[in-house]
Formats: sequence, C-alpha cells, structure tokens
Amino acid sequence: MNHAKKASEFIANENRTNWHDKSLWLVRTKRDIAVNRVAEWEELRELASQIKAHTLSKLDDYLLQFEKNALKNGVQVHWAANGKEHNQIVLDILESVNAKKIVKSKSMLTEECGLNPFLEKHNFEVIDTDLGERIIQLRNEPPSHIVLPAIHLKKEEIGELFHEKLNTLKGNSNPDYLTAEARKHLREKFLNADVALTGVNFAVAETGQVVVCTNEGNADMGVHLADVQIHSMGIEKLIPQQKHLGVFTRLLARSATGQEITTYTSHFTSPKKDGQMHIILVDNGRSNMLNENNSTALKCIRCGACMNTCPVYRRSGGHSYGSLIPGPIGSILAPIKNENQHADLPFACTLCGSCTNVCPVKVDLDKQLYNLRQQITQNGNAPKLMNFAMKIAGRVLSSTFLYNFSGKFARIAVKYLPRFILYSKLNIWAQKRELPKVPEYSFKEWYKKNNTHE
Amino acid sequence: MKVGLFIPCYIDQFFPQAGIAAFELLKKLGCDVDYPTAQTCCGQPMANSGNEEDAKKTYKHYVRTFRDYDYIVAPSGSCTNHVRKHYDNIAQSPDVIHVRKNTLDFPEFLIDVLKIESLDAHFPYKVGLHQSCHGHRGLKLAKSSELVGEEYSKIRTLLNMVKGVELINLDRTDECCGFGGTFSVKEPEISIKMGIDRIDDHLRNKAEVITGGDMSCLMHMQGISLRRKDKLRYMHLVEILNHT
Repeated sequence: MNHAKKASEFIANENRTNWHDKSLWLVRTKRDIAVNRVAEWEELRELASQIKAHTLSKLDDYLLQFEKNALKNGVQVHWAANGKEHNQIVLDILESVNAKKIVKSKSMLTEECGLNPFLEKHNFEVIDTDLGERIIQLRNEPPSHIVLPAIHLKKEEIGELFHEKLNTLKGNSNPDYLTAEARKHLREKFLNADVALTGVNFAVAETGQVVVCTNEGNADMGVHLADVQIHSMGIEKLIPQQKHLGVFTRLLARSATGQEITTYTSHFTSPKKDGQMHIILVDNGRSNMLNENNSTALKCIRCGACMNTCPVYRRSGGHSYGSLIPGPIGSILAPIKNENQHADLPFACTLCGSCTNVCPVKVDLDKQLYNLRQQITQNGNAPKLMNFAMKIAGRVLSSTFLYNFSGKFARIAVKYLPRFILYSKLNIWAQKRELPKVPEYSFKEWYKKNNTHE
Repeated sequence: MKVGLFIPCYIDQFFPQAGIAAFELLKKLGCDVDYPTAQTCCGQPMANSGNEEDAKKTYKHYVRTFRDYDYIVAPSGSCTNHVRKHYDNIAQSPDVIHVRKNTLDFPEFLIDVLKIESLDAHFPYKVGLHQSCHGHRGLKLAKSSELVGEEYSKIRTLLNMVKGVELINLDRTDECCGFGGTFSVKEPEISIKMGIDRIDDHLRNKAEVITGGDMSCLMHMQGISLRRKDKLRYMHLVEILNHT
C-alpha cells in the first residue's frame, strides 16, 4: 500500500528520474515513428482487440483444440491451476531426465510463479539468458519493466555488477565490452544446459504451435542446444489460427520498442529427434478474470507500451508499484488478484488516458482503473481519510446552499489565515506549490451583481 | 437556442475572471445565455476518488439545474467529459440523456455548433497550449500523439483566429501535467515533478503565456510557477478568445 512512498524514494534522485523518463520517452518516440508508417494501424488494433475478445469468449474450446493439436505434434501437454502446480510440473520433468542445469529465456510467467527460487531450493542451476533478466538475476531483484527489465539501472552500475560477478575489468562500463563479456558468460551456460525453458508470446490453437519473440535469439539458442525444451504459457496467450499471428507480430514489436518486428520470431512445433517438448498451460487466476468486468485486461500481449507512455511510471520507476507487472496494466492485474494488498495502485494514476491510446489490443486501461477505484472504495479498501472527505464533498456539492457557504468560507480562510498556517506541513498541496490568489468575489457573486435579469 | 453556462466549482471560487470571460464570449457571439445560480459541481472529484456513490446526488443536482437548456456549455474539458462519460450509473431518464448529450466544452460548442470562422480578439503574445487530458483524449478535441490519423485541433483552430497569437511548439505535445485531482495530494512528489517538466517544456520553447481548456491543470502549474517565480502567465482559453 505505498506506491507514493516508494515513488518519492525513487524521485529523490532527480538525475536518475530525468534519465529514466527520457530513456522511456525515447522508446515511446520510436514507437510513434514505427506506428505512423502503418497506415492501417488503428484498424489493426481494432482487429487484434476483436480477435482477443473472440478467443477469450471461447477460451475453453480453443484450449482443448490447442492441446489436441500439440499432442498430435508429439508434444507433452501439462495443465497447471496455479504457480505451485506449474513449478511442481517443471520439477518433475527435470527430475525425470536427471537435469541439473536449466537455461531460461525471458518469461514473466515463471517470475509470476516464483520458479527460480523454487528450483534453486531444489539445488538446480537456473540461468536467465535474456541480458536484462540476467542483470537483475545477478542483482537478486525483480524486473522493473516487462520488456526492459533493467531499465532502472545505469551502465556504470552494470559495469560494477559485472566486475563483481563476472570478473570484468574494474571501472569499465562500455556497453559493447559488457555485452561481449555477458555473451561469453552465457555461451558457456547454453552449452552446458540440460533443459531449456521459454515463455510464450502466442500459441496457435489450429496448429498446436507456440511462438516466442526475442531480440537476442536466446530462446532459440537454448532450445536448439538442449535435448529437453519446456514452454510455459498463460492460458490467455492463445489465438485461433495461424493467419491471425501476423496481426499480432505487426503490433507487438512496434508497440514495444518501435521495431518493425522482433529479431527472432521462433515457431516451436514438435520435439527434436530423441528429445522432449513440453508445454505447460497455466491458469493462476486467469480464468477468474473471464467475466464482464475484468476480461479485457486478459487481452494484454505484454508489449510494455503502457509503461513507456505512462507519465507516472516514467517518473516513479517500476519497483514503486510493488507488483511483478508495474505500470498501468500492472495496476489493473495486481488488485484484481489481490485487492487488499494492491488497493493503492489504481489511484497511482492521473487518468490521463495515454495508456489506452497506445495499447495495441485496445484495453481501455483508464476506464478499468476508474472502475477499480469504485470497487476498491465500495469494498472498504480505500484510504479512510480520503473516503471521509469525499463523503462530505458529496454532501456539500449536491446542495446549492452548502456549496455557496463553504466556497465563501474557503476563500475567506485562504485570504485571512496567516501564511505559516496555510503553508504548514499539513497542507500537502502547498509544499511546493502556491495556493491560487483569492479573488474578491466568486463568479456567482459577480453574476448576481451584474446580471439581474433584464 | 437557450444556452446554460456551467462554471466549474474551482473557477467559480478561485478564477472568476475565466468565468466572466466565458459568459462575455457567449454573449458576444450572440447566444441567449443564462447562468443558473443553483449550480454547484459535476461530481467528478468524488467519482475519480472512487466515491461514485457519493457523487450521484451531485449528478442529479446537475441534471435538475440544466435540463431546460438546449446546450450546456462549460469552460472545462474535464467536467464536460465527466458528465458525458460517467453519468451512466444513474437512471437514464430523458432529462439525463438530454443533459449528457448536450453538455459541451467551449471548443466543441464554438466549432461544432456555432461553426464560427472568425473572432474579434487580439492577444499579441507567444502562447503555449497545454492540452488537458480529459478534453484531449476523452472528448477528442485534437488528434492525440499516440493515435495514427489526420492531424486536427479544435483549440488550435480557435487560437489561430485570435490576432497576434503566436502558438509555440512543444517537445512533448500532450503529456499530462500531473494534476489528476486528488492525485495531486496523494502523490505530491510525482505530481509536482510532472508539472515542472511540463512548465519547463513551455519555457524552453519561449512561451510567455500558458493556456488550456481546464483551469484545474493551469492552477496546478501556476502554483508551481508562482513558487519558482517563473516568468509566465496562465490564462484560460476563453480569456484569450475574449481578449481585445
């Protein structure tokens, strides 16, 4: 319950905030350039939104169809109701093939399930192979962004981290050097891995295929080298047919980074000769969202565009949200799952609506955040003081007499109270802002004086 | 055509000059305009804070006050947007439907209803336009920077009718100022930082006056500017459109 507190900690370092804001705004700018080259961009968003809505409305059918086709391809399909079941399934697979070392390519789902600490507890070596993910894994902290997990760090901090953990030259934070060193380090991990695990961007019901989009090729590298491959996916990743895939790949990379397409779009269909391919279908609260109020948030394809455009996120940093997925979409997903713990998130927003406009699948994020505010208040999870103040405001503003009276009272108070009281610490507004200058009369008073009806 | 003028509560109490300009401008354009003095507020402060239930009485008060007018015109994109989009949780009587449909922000009323093509106004300054989010993205007063499509802007069209106005270009054309109602006191550090970043964009691009369709955003930025002693004036859009 403390986005404001964590945000104020992040923003205390103004240089970092400015740099964080500018870095993400640059990604937003690249996105704008890329989408403006697609004349039918708005139609594409609408189409994607409708495909997702349709799929979610028949999710049970499409899941069964997907399973049937994946089985036909020789894939072993597993169903996990929650994170615990998912982790147990992974553990069982690892033990059945005597694996010791696992390489992962980026998967927010396995973060959600807490897979890494679970496997480490069972003495497996789990290596995140996406460079950003590897950085935060070495720092032992959660991602601050779903596409750019280490965006909160400066290159000097990464140089120091690599010096400590990978024995790079002290004081060298040249990005080319650090990337080359990370590549050497990861290459060794790829070559020695027993099992490769990836997340999934899209799963095609018609073909039983899963599709993984990366820029570093780490999903391919892992899967091609290990005999056993595991793909963990949330059940909302389904799309009905192969022909729908192009709609989403056109939207995803442009929205996420301003690229026309990710460097690698890998289609995994069946196990390699003498190998195994597993797909784990994970619910973990998703089917509870298949209702009128919440299902639209399940359309999300995790591009991160809402974070890059969010003026609050850019200045408060991803960790201020205290939920795995930060920013506008995280402020919806987190309280739906655990309202009590994340009740502050829908209020950590000015309702500017920029997120809704950039969303490639047209999730109406600002409307959802507004609705969650109502729900949280009705459930008694909103801050008590604000609730009380709003009840009084509701009384005053529905009565002409009370409104006129308290308006006059407020103006007199602001006018005559001494500055040390008005600008005391209790007045949060005025800590770094002046109050408006008090006019001699309200508009209403002026009108009554000057416009007695002819 | 009977026009009811709605003056948002914070304009009424703290910025009467914007209300006066709004009233005079409508008169000047030949409207049969009336300001029903029973009016209070649109209810948005409660609703945006999650207390829609406590706002319903205010919604009904607004509908009662304005149901007899052909158009209800407000110098606020935010209040207008609230009436149009969020009065959906009270019974949709013919009065409610009428009031929701015909509550318009000034740029909408001047361009879409009155279809004005010129103004008798003069304002010889470099003006920076702050596009308040609810009018901008909610009422679609202009094409927002996120969307792909033809450029248009009702507010810029109006400002271009004012002789002498030199509209400056901003680095970020439509970023939020950080006011956000109770957000401004719930998250003061972020709110103020957002305000500072907006103001600095205007200063960098040599604005002398910042204008916009919502006094609430301007009040927030003006509060910061007064404290920082910025050389900037803040005026509501209607004050410039009414300036001779």
